Amino acid sequence: MRRAGSSTVANRISNDVSVIDLARGVETKRLLAGRGAAYLALSPDGRSIYCTHIYPQPGAFRTPPESEVTVIDTRRQIVVERERLSNAAGVFHVAAADHGRLVIAAQLRPKNLIPLAHVEHGWVFGNSLSVFGAELGEVVQVPIDELDRYYTPPFGLAISPDNRQLFVSTTGSDSVTVIEIPKMLAFIRAASPEQRRSLANDLSASANYVSARIPVGRAPKGLALSPDGRRLYVANRTDDTISVVDTAARQVASTISLGRGAQLSPERRGESLFFSARFAFQGHFGCANCHLEATVDGLSWDLEPDGFGVDIVDNRMLEDVADTAPYKWNGSNPDLETECGPRTEKYFYRAQSYSPAELADLVSFIKAIPSRPNRYRRKDGELTAQQQRGLSIFSRTLTKNGTPIAFDNQCIVCHNGPHYTNLSQVDVGTGKPTDRSPVVDVPQLNNIAISAPYLHDGSARTLEEIWTVFNPHDRHGVTNDLSKDELNDLIEYLKTL
Amino acid sequence: MNTRIAVLIVVAAGAWAQTPVQMPRYRWENFTTENGLPDNHVFQVKVDGARVWAATENGLALYQNGKWKVYGTQDGLVHRAVLFIDVDPRTGDVWAATMGGLSRFSAGRFDNYTQLNSGLPNDVVYGVAVQGDAVWVATAAGGGRLDVKTGQWRHFNERNTPMYEIWTYAVTAGAEKVYYAVWGGGVLEYDVKTGRWKDYNDPDGETEIVLLKDQGLIHEITTSVSWAEKDHVLWVATYFGASRYDGRYWKNFLEKDSGLPSNFLNQVKALDGTRAWFATDKGLAYYDGTSWAVYRPALVGTDATRAPEMIVRDARGAVTRVPVDTAPAHHYILGLDFQGDDLWVATAHGLSHGIRSKLKETGNK
Repeated sequence: MRRAGSSTVANRISNDVSVIDLARGVETKRLLAGRGAAYLALSPDGRSIYCTHIYPQPGAFRTPPESEVTVIDTRRQIVVERERLSNAAGVFHVAAADHGRLVIAAQLRPKNLIPLAHVEHGWVFGNSLSVFGAELGEVVQVPIDELDRYYTPPFGLAISPDNRQLFVSTTGSDSVTVIEIPKMLAFIRAASPEQRRSLANDLSASANYVSARIPVGRAPKGLALSPDGRRLYVANRTDDTISVVDTAARQVASTISLGRGAQLSPERRGESLFFSARFAFQGHFGCANCHLEATVDGLSWDLEPDGFGVDIVDNRMLEDVADTAPYKWNGSNPDLETECGPRTEKYFYRAQSYSPAELADLVSFIKAIPSRPNRYRRKDGELTAQQQRGLSIFSRTLTKNGTPIAFDNQCIVCHNGPHYTNLSQVDVGTGKPTDRSPVVDVPQLNNIAISAPYLHDGSARTLEEIWTVFNPHDRHGVTNDLSKDELNDLIEYLKTL
Repeated sequence: MNTRIAVLIVVAAGAWAQTPVQMPRYRWENFTTENGLPDNHVFQVKVDGARVWAATENGLALYQNGKWKVYGTQDGLVHRAVLFIDVDPRTGDVWAATMGGLSRFSAGRFDNYTQLNSGLPNDVVYGVAVQGDAVWVATAAGGGRLDVKTGQWRHFNERNTPMYEIWTYAVTAGAEKVYYAVWGGGVLEYDVKTGRWKDYNDPDGETEIVLLKDQGLIHEITTSVSWAEKDHVLWVATYFGASRYDGRYWKNFLEKDSGLPSNFLNQVKALDGTRAWFATDKGLAYYDGTSWAVYRPALVGTDATRAPEMIVRDARGAVTRVPVDTAPAHHYILGLDFQGDDLWVATAHGLSHGIRSKLKETGNK
C-alpha cells in the first residue's frame, strides 16, 4: 500500500509489516503484526491502515483460535491498536468506511476444538464478519451463512460509496454476498451485550441484513467498485475471468475473459476443485478452508468421530508432498487419492465427493503445489557457521560424551532424503493419552520454519518446544545433552531445510 | 507575603548562596503502592516521551497522563518480576526483561520469549537493549541477540567470547558498540562493525582492595554500563566503585576519594563523556565532571523521620549540605532515566520523579 512517499507491506511469513521509504528505497522499520500478516486497507481519511492475518496467533494448545486486526497510525507509522478477533482464524480482506468509524474484516470461525462429526449442524466453520470502529465501540462478529447454506470463505470486501452496502466475495461458494450496512448495524445495536458475543453462531441472523447472493465465476477473490458504485468487478481466480456486476440489478452484467485457453490442465482443473465448497454438505467448506491459500491454517483439529479430544492432529503442509506417501499423521493413507477421496467424503464432506476424474485433477493440483523459497537459506546455498554447527548435530552419531546414539534415534536416519522423511511410522515418545496410537508418520521437514505448530497434534508451539518440552526421555532424537546454544544451532539448521 | 513564608525563603536562599558550586536541584514526587504502583520494589525505570515505564517486582507499570496502568501475568506479561525495560524508538514497542523470560509489549499485546519456547539463552533476563532490528539481552547464562526480522537468536558466552563468567547483568547498545556488564567478569565490548569482542577487567584481579587505581576497571563485579557514544566514553558501575574509560585512560571513582556516597553501585547512566548519574545503595549521585551531588533521604531514622538531604562535594573535596524539602523515595537506588531536565528514579521503596527546580538555580546566579 502506497501513501505519501512511503509504502506499507504486509509480510505473511515474518508476521510483520514493513514501512518502505519510497524516495530512498529502503525499509525504515518493521512493525509487529500477527501471524500471517496478509491484507491491508487504508481508512478513507488516510489516518489508519488496517492489517489482517490469515493465520491465528500462536496460542496455548487446544484453546480457541484468536486473530487480530493490527491498526497502524499512518502519520507516526507505529501500531496503535490491536483489535482482537476471538475464535477467528483465516481473516482475509478488511475495509473501512465512514471516515474509519466503521471497519469490517472477512473471516472464518473454525470449530476445531470439537470433533468434525457434525457437518449437518454447522459445526465445522462459521463464515462471518468482524465489525468494529467508533460506530460500535467494540468488535462484534456477525455471520453471513444461512441455516441450511454456507457461504465460504468470505474473502474480498468492497463498500459502496454511500456506505450503505457491503459486497463480500465467498470464494468456495462462487458468489458475492450483499449486505445492507445500516440494517446490519441496527441489528447489532438492538442486541444486548451478551447477545452480541454470540451473534456469530446464530445462523438465522443473516436474514436481517443479507439482501442478495450474486452468482459469479469460479473462486471469486478480490473485489473493486467503480467510483460511482454502479459496477462491481470480481476477480474469479480459477476461471481467469472478471465478473462485472450491475450493483443495482444485482447480477452479472458481463464477464471479461483474461485469455484462458480452451483446454485446462489437470492442475488448473484441480485448483478449481481445491477452492470449491460445493462438494460438502450444504456447501459448508472445501479444501482451502483448512489449507488456506493452499498452505496450512496453524490449527490442530479433532477430525474424526472417535470421541471428543481423541487423536488431535496438526494441519500439515501441502507443499511438495507428491513423493511423501503415505499420508495422514498415522500414515494410514497410502496415496493422495485415498487421502483426498474416500476419506474426505466419509469424514469431511458428508455428501457427494469427487468423481474419479475430478479426484485425479485435484491430486494433480496438490502434487503441483511447490515449496516456497526458504528465507533462511543463503543465496549462495552455503550454510552459515551456526547452521553448519546445527547440521553437525543433526548428523551426529555420538552424544557429547562419546556414547553412540542408537541408529534409529539419530535425526538423520528418520529425517532423511530430499524431503527429510524416510516415509516410515515410528513412536518417538510424543504420543498423548488421547492418541489411539503413539506411532506417527515421519513428517517431511521442508520449510518447517513456517509450519508451526509442531508435532502430530500441534502441541509444540515452536521448534524449540519439540525438544525443550516434549522430548524428556530422548526418544525423539538425543537432545538432552545439548546446551541451549547448541539446540539453537540445530534449530537454525532445521529452518534451512 | 506571609512573614513566615518570607523567612523560609530567606533562609533557603541563604543556604543556597553558601553552596560553593551550583548543582541541579529537584522537587521530588514519590510514587508507592499507596498511589498506584503495583509494588514498592522498583528495579528500573524507562522514559519514553510522555510515558514512563516502571519495572517492578509485581508487574510492568505505565505512568501516562497522571495515571498508572499496571500489566501483569494476567495480561500476558511473561513473569511478574520485571528487572529492566527498553523501548524501541522506532515502533514504541516495550521490551521487558524479567525473572522468567523476555516480553515484547506492542500496542497492548505481549509476545513472550522463554528458554523453552525460543532461543533465549536463559529465563533470568537482567537487561535488554534495542539496537535497530537487534534486541540484546543480558541473562544469567550469557548474552543473547534476537534479530526481530528473522527470529534468529545468537548466544554469547564463554564459547565464543572472552567471557569467563556468564552471569551477564546489564547490556547497553549504541550504533557502534555494545557493552555487557558481566557480574564477576568485568566488561565485554562488541564492535558492531567488525563483530569482534574485547574484554575489560580489573588489573588487580578480583581482590576488593584497589592496588592499581586508574589503570583499569575498578572491579570485576560489574552491574551496569553506559556508553556515551558521541564522546566515545564508557562508564561502568560495580559493587566496588565506578569507572570511566575514554578509550585510552581509565578514571576510577571510590567513596573515599570522590563524591560517591557508596562504592556499591546498581546503575550508572551517562549524560555524556563528562557527566553521569549513579544509583547507589546510599543515594542518588550526580557527577558533573568536577563536583558531586547526592540526593537521598537521610540514612538514619525511620521512614517517617528521615530528613531529605542534598550533599554537594566540590572539586577540592569541600562538602556542603544544601537544605531541601524533598528527597527520592528511598536511599537504595536501583535505576534512573531522564525526561528532559527531570529525573525518574527507581528505588527499593517506590518510584521518584525529580522535577528540576530551575527557579532556585537561576536565583543563585
